[in-house]
Amino acid sequence: MNTIFYIAAAVALISTGLAIAGRNAIHSLLFLIVSLLAVSVIFFILGAPFIAALEIIIYAGAVMVLFIFVIMMLNVGMERETESNWLKPRMWIIPSILTTILLIDFLYVLKTMAHAEIAGQIVSPKQVGISLFSTYVLGVEIAGMLLLAGIVGAYHLGRQKKKVIHRFLKKENIIKEADSEN
Amino acid sequence: MVTIPIEIQILFAGLLFLMGLIGLLVRRNVIYMLMSIEVMFNSAGMVFVIAGAHWAQVDGQVMFIFMLAVTATEVSVALAIILQMFHHFKTLDVDELNNLKETN
Repeated sequence: MNTIFYIAAAVALISTGLAIAGRNAIHSLLFLIVSLLAVSVIFFILGAPFIAALEIIIYAGAVMVLFIFVIMMLNVGMERETESNWLKPRMWIIPSILTTILLIDFLYVLKTMAHAEIAGQIVSPKQVGISLFSTYVLGVEIAGMLLLAGIVGAYHLGRQKKKVIHRFLKKENIIKEADSEN
Repeated sequence: MVTIPIEIQILFAGLLFLMGLIGLLVRRNVIYMLMSIEVMFNSAGMVFVIAGAHWAQVDGQVMFIFMLAVTATEVSVALAIILQMFHHFKTLDVDELNNLKETN
C-alpha cells in the first residue's frame, strides 16, 4: 500500500510539472487531469473514498471540461498544428504511460483489497453526509449562496454585448456600402 | 492500511502546492495561471483530507467539499473574465494588460 502511495505521488508530481511547463493548453489540461486522477488514488488509499469520487467527478469531470470548452472557444494554441501532428506517438505516449501506471495501481488495489481488512482510519461517506447536514448545515447554506453568486457573476461577465444598430442607421450602412461599391 | 508517516504526506501536498505557486509566478498565460491556482487549491484540500484521515475525523472531508464549491465558483467566474479579456484585448498574455501603466 505504501508503494502505491509513492507511485501515485510520483505520477501526480510528474504530470503536474508537465502540465505547468507545457506549451499547448489542451495537452497541459490532459496532464492536469492525470494529476487529479493520481491525487484521487491517494485520497482513496488514505481512507477517503467519497472524496476520491468527488475529485474525479467534479475536478477531472466538470471543472476540466469547463477549461477545455473555454480553450476551444478561444481557439488558441492550436493554430500551428495539423491533424497529422496529433497522431504522432510523442503526443500520446507520456500520458498513456502515466495513466497505465495508475491503472496498474488500481488493479493491484482491487486485487489486494479483497483480502485485506480495511479498518480504523476509513471515514465513510455516511459519516461525512451526517456531519455535513447536521454540524455544518450553515456552511452548506453559505456554499449554496456562493454558488448562486458565481452563476450570476459568470453569466453577467460572460455575456457578449449585443450590437444595437437602429434600423435607419442600418439602412444608411447599406447605402454607404452600395456607394463604396459604385 | 497505509502506514506512511504524516510528514511525507504533508510534504507531498507541499510539493504540489509549490509546483502550483511556481507555475503561477512563471507563466504569463492566464489559462496556465488559473490551472496553477487549481493545483494549489487541490493541494490545500489534500492537507485537509490528510489531517482528517490522520485523526479519523469527518471534518477534513467536509472542508474539502466546501473547498470544491469555492473552486467551482472561482473557476466559472475566472473563465468568464478570461473570455471577456480575450474579447477585448485579443490576447491571453497578462503582461499585455497595461492600460493603466504610465507611459513616458
